[in-house]
Amino acid sequence: MEENIVTLTIDDQEVKVKKGTTILQAAKQAGIDIPTLCFLKDINEVGDCRMCIVEVEGRRGFATSCIQTVEEGMVVHTHTPNVLEARHVILDLIISNHAKDCLTCTRSGNCELQALAVKFNVLNVEFPGEMTKHKVDDLSPSIVRDFNKCILCRRCVAACKNVQQIGAIDCINRGFESCISTVGDHSLNDVNCTNCGQCIEACPTGALHEKETIDEVWVKLKDPDTHVVVQTAPAVRVALGEEFGMPIGTNVTGKMVTALKRLGFDKVFDTNTGADFTIMEEAHEFIERFQANDNLPMITSCSPGWIKYIEMNYPELLPHLSSCKSPHQMFGALLKTYYAKKEGIEPEKIYVVSVMPCIAKKFESKRPEMKNNGLYDVDNVITTRELSRMIKQANIEFTKLEDSKFDNPMGEATGAAAIFGTTGGVMEAALRTAQDVLTGEDLDRINFEQVRGGEGIKRATVNIAGKDIKVVAASGLANARKILEEIKSGKADYQFVEIMACPGGCIMGGGQPIKSSKIRSEVDVRKLRADALYSIDEKSTIRKSHENPILKKIYEEYLEKPGSYRAHKLLHTHYQAREKYKLN
Amino acid sequence: MKSLEELHKIREMKRKELDLRVNTKADTREKHILVCHGTGCTSSKSPEILENFRRILKEKNIENVRVIKTGCFGLCAKGPIVIIRPEDTFYAMVTPEDCEEIIQTHIIEGNKVERLLCKDIDGTKVNSLDELNFYKKQKRIALKNCGVINPENIDEYLAFNGYQALERVLREMTRDEVIELIKKSGLRGRGGAGFPTGKKWELTKASEGEQKYVVCNADEGDPGAFMDRSILEGDPHSVLEAMAIAAYCIGANKGYIYVRAEYPIAVKRLQIAIDQAKDYGILGNNIFGTDFNFDIEIRLGAGAFVCGEETALLESIEGRRGQPRVKPPYPAQSGLWGKPTLINNVETYANIAQIILNGPDWYSSIGTENSKGTKVFELGGNVNNIGLVEVPMGTTLREIVYDIGGGIPNGRKFKAAQTGGPSGGCIPKEHLDTPIDYESLKEIGSMMGSGGLIVMDDTKCMVSLAKFYLEFTVSESCGKCTPCRIGTKRMLEILEKLCNGEGSELDIYKLEKLAVNIQKASICGLGQSAPNPVISTLKYFREEFREHAIAKECKALECKAMAKITVDAEKCKGCGLCQKHCPVNAIEGEGREKRIINQEKCIKCGTCLTNCPFHAIGNG
Repeated sequence: MEENIVTLTIDDQEVKVKKGTTILQAAKQAGIDIPTLCFLKDINEVGDCRMCIVEVEGRRGFATSCIQTVEEGMVVHTHTPNVLEARHVILDLIISNHAKDCLTCTRSGNCELQALAVKFNVLNVEFPGEMTKHKVDDLSPSIVRDFNKCILCRRCVAACKNVQQIGAIDCINRGFESCISTVGDHSLNDVNCTNCGQCIEACPTGALHEKETIDEVWVKLKDPDTHVVVQTAPAVRVALGEEFGMPIGTNVTGKMVTALKRLGFDKVFDTNTGADFTIMEEAHEFIERFQANDNLPMITSCSPGWIKYIEMNYPELLPHLSSCKSPHQMFGALLKTYYAKKEGIEPEKIYVVSVMPCIAKKFESKRPEMKNNGLYDVDNVITTRELSRMIKQANIEFTKLEDSKFDNPMGEATGAAAIFGTTGGVMEAALRTAQDVLTGEDLDRINFEQVRGGEGIKRATVNIAGKDIKVVAASGLANARKILEEIKSGKADYQFVEIMACPGGCIMGGGQPIKSSKIRSEVDVRKLRADALYSIDEKSTIRKSHENPILKKIYEEYLEKPGSYRAHKLLHTHYQAREKYKLN
Repeated sequence: MKSLEELHKIREMKRKELDLRVNTKADTREKHILVCHGTGCTSSKSPEILENFRRILKEKNIENVRVIKTGCFGLCAKGPIVIIRPEDTFYAMVTPEDCEEIIQTHIIEGNKVERLLCKDIDGTKVNSLDELNFYKKQKRIALKNCGVINPENIDEYLAFNGYQALERVLREMTRDEVIELIKKSGLRGRGGAGFPTGKKWELTKASEGEQKYVVCNADEGDPGAFMDRSILEGDPHSVLEAMAIAAYCIGANKGYIYVRAEYPIAVKRLQIAIDQAKDYGILGNNIFGTDFNFDIEIRLGAGAFVCGEETALLESIEGRRGQPRVKPPYPAQSGLWGKPTLINNVETYANIAQIILNGPDWYSSIGTENSKGTKVFELGGNVNNIGLVEVPMGTTLREIVYDIGGGIPNGRKFKAAQTGGPSGGCIPKEHLDTPIDYESLKEIGSMMGSGGLIVMDDTKCMVSLAKFYLEFTVSESCGKCTPCRIGTKRMLEILEKLCNGEGSELDIYKLEKLAVNIQKASICGLGQSAPNPVISTLKYFREEFREHAIAKECKALECKAMAKITVDAEKCKGCGLCQKHCPVNAIEGEGREKRIINQEKCIKCGTCLTNCPFHAIGNG
């Protein structure tokens, strides 16, 4: 044990850390916060930006603290005059080639470069000079790239290439002309990007952000002739509070509903209700396919980044996908049919806004398949971040709000729907319903611990009605690729697969509050947000989707039963093989 | 596949046959016409010369004369070079049309073709190579076979003890014994930094790992450097042999030669050499009947300078964008595909076989205390003898420039020499007597680098020179780390300001501040050494920088933006020659009138200045 411990000195403090620890981590343990910029724990540990340089006694030149590991007896200094001067020069150089329009930048106040400029009190640029010029790429429905703000930390590249194994972006050109771009420097819209948005979450500056669409929401809210309905995804409620300074993983459902009502939405509904419909449809589809041994394993289809990924990369495996639309699309379809009829509102006058943790949903909502009677199921998708901006712009003091409940008639949801927002959650919710349907009983088994947790791939065997069902829950597209390769090569012996494009699931989606590298290296953001969802589930009185009274009612009154003709028309969809590159 | 006995036989027979190549008194009726096929001579039609010789010999039914293509002789300025052995007659600047005369006069009549004999700087004609001052102070170890053998014929390599060192190592020595021998020789890496070679081998051997690799860094990228190219073109087997020896020592079975695609001749000859060695069983499995297996592959680089940096080179071999990794870990610990990897430069390898055959004591007797052996330099710039030279470490810059290089042309004065290319620095005349070795070059602010040595006369502007090197680094920076990517660009911008007469003293301060911090904070050797040309010119020629910054004056007249060319009315005799030569009609005045230069029209080309017989035109 002892030999695994290394003792070193950092800024005159003795530190004992595990062998293999980086100097940066060791310093952190000693309460020393070495500045970083390109560093993103476990994702981008390359030492490119040079902000984290330190002096190590007896070593020529500076050490790169974010990647170099501690050695016994090492003496480290993190702020000698030499280090400080070099760090100032480096920061100055980065700023010298950065569009310094902080006032008109979406990341102002949450920008790691800005924070460093404040920390080092940069009052003027000592080494100004030519700046690289880039066209802003805003052709993608999800992501805007403004590389005039890029500092070439390559965190986005690592997220795309290593974490997701997509490689839609990488460094092109050399030297001062280096920049992050796509194949042939085409728009992100025309290449193999899945719109997962992990690049945005990784970006320390405003070089990458979602395509904001809240202006149209404001207009619609003002229009007396439009019935504006909003629905919120499960993952939003456990992250929105972060944008108002609340601890990560705070459940702000009640405040969020109040805020939405104050914003002027005519109705505030819960996408979780949609999620319950998804489970009903998906569980029944699974049972049918399981019993007929039809295109197994069946794979979930709630994650639009994942859908675009399989359409582009494994079109031959599309028949494995569940035909279910994602929850907010199902819900949108019901709002413009069942709800419209019930409330006597013309469907054309209903404007559905989805608040999502996801930017791929922006793309999804505009897919031609997502239309019914010529109307889109969902008219506008905004992210958790965009909602927080609306709340702020409406001068609402979020933290002081009272709690409210979602509106009826479609405001009831189960615990099963809440956990949709985390990896393994869809699987667990589906299993709860599938086991009851298959056995015809109301079983006590509710928690499926095997599919919980942060691992990228979770495998389990679940015995239902005397039959073993093998299931897999995978999150992150690199893990999705592994599962698809298993299916493709015939090695897959499982029947049901849940895939979410973002590592950790929707709670870590590309539309969620952006956490700095420092926070991401200090706390497990995924776990905190997931715990909050599981806690909502635990506290719910109804924890199985098929027991949701609203569902029962709507099936009775309108849809008939899961998988019916009307259910198929409204709640199911189809997929298409998709070219990765449109390079003309 | 050849057995050991067969190889010995070839070696013995060929050695006798080729004695005339190295022995002017060789007992032979044969003559060999050696035609240089280095890149320089090749581009000056040496292949055509070779063909002409062969054709004419055939037409005239002359036997006993063979025409051989060889590697570089070194004195590139005199190319295409033809040497006739055994008498060692040196013909310079030969054209394809001269072949007829050479055959007739030299071969048939037995007389020398006087007009083609090489002339030394003082004009004296020399009969043979050895008489040239250019060669007198040289000592050829790495270049031993260059210009002697046909690089495309393994038998010729074998003739001159080729693969004998490998045989000895594999059959008679333990791995530790070889490493000890290399350590004892004092050989240091010739790629630039001078890391002790034996130590590197020892470290790589000590690294744990089933799979290890040997890599040859042939990504020579310094402007004006061509030593690696010349070795690969002239003696490729010496590199293969050394790689095999290194592989045996560290426990590798696979080697890669990373060579730039811009070296087509080197690549071609390397491939021929590899194929021949495989054919003879010198590469492959169970080499020389031992259980040692070793194979070599060529990997082509696309010409990025940074790929000469060892970790960027590894990235490139692995198929990724050529950019460096942070060290440590060093390649010896984690190199190609994460496996322990030994990387040495071409010239380093070229010394290995000689060290083993002649012993470490022989090698360490050459050179200085801490820098043993010889170093190949590419002598270029304002010097009479431009070419490739190999000198013992410790030779002074003065000896190289004046004795070997034949001094500065056009009666100009020596101003500075630049060594180490864009990573190196300038050496002013006060350090002309510095013995050249790793430490002393570093001490005076330059470095050995890969061996580029560019001489500058007193017409050169040192600010422009610094700018030239920074232009190179800026365009060759890979863009990975901030100081190199943006910092060198900012340095270049400041140098441009100074050269345009828009600078100030503050800019010199900024330049130094950037230089120091880029040196310290960059990831790899490229960035860390990129400021060297600026730092060393500032060290020795600060006054020139100040003249640019404060007086807005470039005395060397290189910075055109600041030049104001005027006629000194007192000296002007009104001859009108300047007017005649001015390409833009900027000079006014008629008859015997004193001439005046119209500053608006003047493009500062300096033509008038060089054409004025009365030295009446100047800057200011």
